[in-house]
Amino acid sequence: MSEHEYVPKSKAGKWFNDRLPLLTLGAHLTDYPTPKNLNYWWTFGGILTFCLLTQIVTGIVLAMHYVAHADLAFASVEHIMRDVNYGWLIRYIHSNGASMFFLAVYIHIFRSLFYGSYKSPREVIWIIGLLIYLLMMAAAFMGYVLPWGQMSFWGATVITNLFSAIPLVGDSITTWLWGAYSVDNPTLNRFFSLHYLIPFLILGLVVLHIWALHVPGNNNPVGIDIKKPSKDTVPFHPYITIKDAFALLVFMIIFAGFVFFTPNVLGHSDNYIPANPLVTPAHIVPEWYLLPFYAILRSVPDKLGGVILMFSAIFILFVLPWLDTSKVRSAVFRPLYRQFFWILVIDVLMLGYVGAMPAEGIYLVLARVGTIYYFLHFIVVMPVVGYLEKTDPIPMSISEPVLSGGAEPSIARKMDEKV
Amino acid sequence: MRKSNLKLLLFIFSLIIQLKPLNSAEMVDPIKVDWSFKGLTGTFDRASLQRGFQVYKEVCSSCHSMQYLSYRNLGESGGPEFSEQEVKAIAASFEIQDGPDDQGEMFTRPGRPSDKFKNPYPNVQAATAANGGAYPPDMSVLVKARKGGANYIYSVLVGYEDPPPNIILDDGVYYNKYMIGNKIKMPNNLMDGLVEYADGTESTVDQMAKDVTTFLAWAAEPELEERHKTGVKVIIYLVLLTILVYLSMKKIWSRVDSEV
Repeated sequence: MSEHEYVPKSKAGKWFNDRLPLLTLGAHLTDYPTPKNLNYWWTFGGILTFCLLTQIVTGIVLAMHYVAHADLAFASVEHIMRDVNYGWLIRYIHSNGASMFFLAVYIHIFRSLFYGSYKSPREVIWIIGLLIYLLMMAAAFMGYVLPWGQMSFWGATVITNLFSAIPLVGDSITTWLWGAYSVDNPTLNRFFSLHYLIPFLILGLVVLHIWALHVPGNNNPVGIDIKKPSKDTVPFHPYITIKDAFALLVFMIIFAGFVFFTPNVLGHSDNYIPANPLVTPAHIVPEWYLLPFYAILRSVPDKLGGVILMFSAIFILFVLPWLDTSKVRSAVFRPLYRQFFWILVIDVLMLGYVGAMPAEGIYLVLARVGTIYYFLHFIVVMPVVGYLEKTDPIPMSISEPVLSGGAEPSIARKMDEKV
Repeated sequence: MRKSNLKLLLFIFSLIIQLKPLNSAEMVDPIKVDWSFKGLTGTFDRASLQRGFQVYKEVCSSCHSMQYLSYRNLGESGGPEFSEQEVKAIAASFEIQDGPDDQGEMFTRPGRPSDKFKNPYPNVQAATAANGGAYPPDMSVLVKARKGGANYIYSVLVGYEDPPPNIILDDGVYYNKYMIGNKIKMPNNLMDGLVEYADGTESTVDQMAKDVTTFLAWAAEPELEERHKTGVKVIIYLVLLTILVYLSMKKIWSRVDSEV
């Protein structure tokens, strides 16, 4: 929050601002003091905002041409691809945009894990972020159902069937979700409705996410509290806006590479086969960004157990701020935690990989080892390492590397290199 | 420190993805063809598309529908690019059902460029029944609907063989080296000299398979040429803009004692 009171220069501006302080808000967003040492891992917030808006804009246009009916959905997508002006471009941006969105959100989440951005006083930002992530998964899953191809249909069947694992009321809940006795036209209709709704819920949560961020201000690679505004900060505009713009453009080049040159590589070829309730695909696989959770689900021989474990894998992140016992935020100064962080990254990548493979043989073994380690990381490693670890000396500020434990000015430079 | 970690991570990950499914069936990888539409600036071979359409029309279309294509697509840029007269003549060679007229009767008339490709069967059930219980899939997006894409389609077309002695095939089932499961209900329809190409090209099985696959690749992605062309422009534009923004960023950040 900027300390000084903003007064518009013009009379009309002052008149309006007294009634609705939008100009004050604008001034706050412009002046917002931001740590000057933020590295490029911090540009993904802006990139994610771009992703959300891109999905909303392309999605609204697609909805103008799409028909949410089991008999017509597949054909309407082909109509978009062939007959709508630049329909192929809009649809490929939307379908690849979902993947890019998740790519960015995973980097954003792991950045938070590395630099301890979820810790006090930023727990609420973290929790709102996780809610956004949950809604993203719901939106992506339902969006994947809409083209009504084979993977749409069977993916929807597998995921909605998970709810039937709930004791006693499971089957009733599943029927209620379907609006029928199997995945059918009513399911498609409600998924379309919810798929259109959720992005706007996400947008609302994004506003809260940013609002909550602007209370304590950004964390930074050093992970220390800084005075704002001070020599350690720069105003958001133009410093962070131009840096975010640069990172966003690099991101857009990769995005465009997918859209224009290999638009179907992230999807599954079976989804160009119209949905057929009588033919089950050999391997039902979700989109890549859900694969780690799919691996966890399938690693448990019991259906209910698998479902519980899969949801736990996400919900455990909500209590992460209280599982982490370390007083030091940034992994830059946590030599032991840093190792475990990278093991977790490998573990999640491995889970994602085995999630795409048949659940048998070595893959099942890897999935089980990966699942056990995933939970160990949060339940055991995080609390224990926080106690045992001897952290490196932490600088007092970003500009002046005065150290709490003995003078060693080179630390500050080392931090810059980590960027 | 972090760089070495990243290296280790990549190394371990590459080890993991080396693992192959233990019981992957005796699948033969599709033949790799050097298609003209591959790559960042790939385009379709116009003559091959026109020949491929001829193969589709004379051979495939008696069983396979292509219901998402219209005759007008055959004249559009980036496709076979038949002339307007040719497209009209092609469309008119099909009898299309229309109606009801003002007496409430359905009637047939010669096709128009705006009509969708005519289906060989009135519905899926009829198509299935007429083909020994196997529905000949609609070919509009077939290339996108098969792992391996154009290479796979081409391989299946040229992959018919006598079955190994230990495999006994039922009537109406054929052995194909590249087909998933090696059993296919489509007979080997291509034989040398089957169609008489208008442009005089010799119609070998290999030539016809390549031409019709090219045609199907276009049918699945009629936007491919425009997509490639636009993509190159978009990337060039983005790269130039990125450079400008990068220089601006350097200039702006030179005012503070921090690196970007």
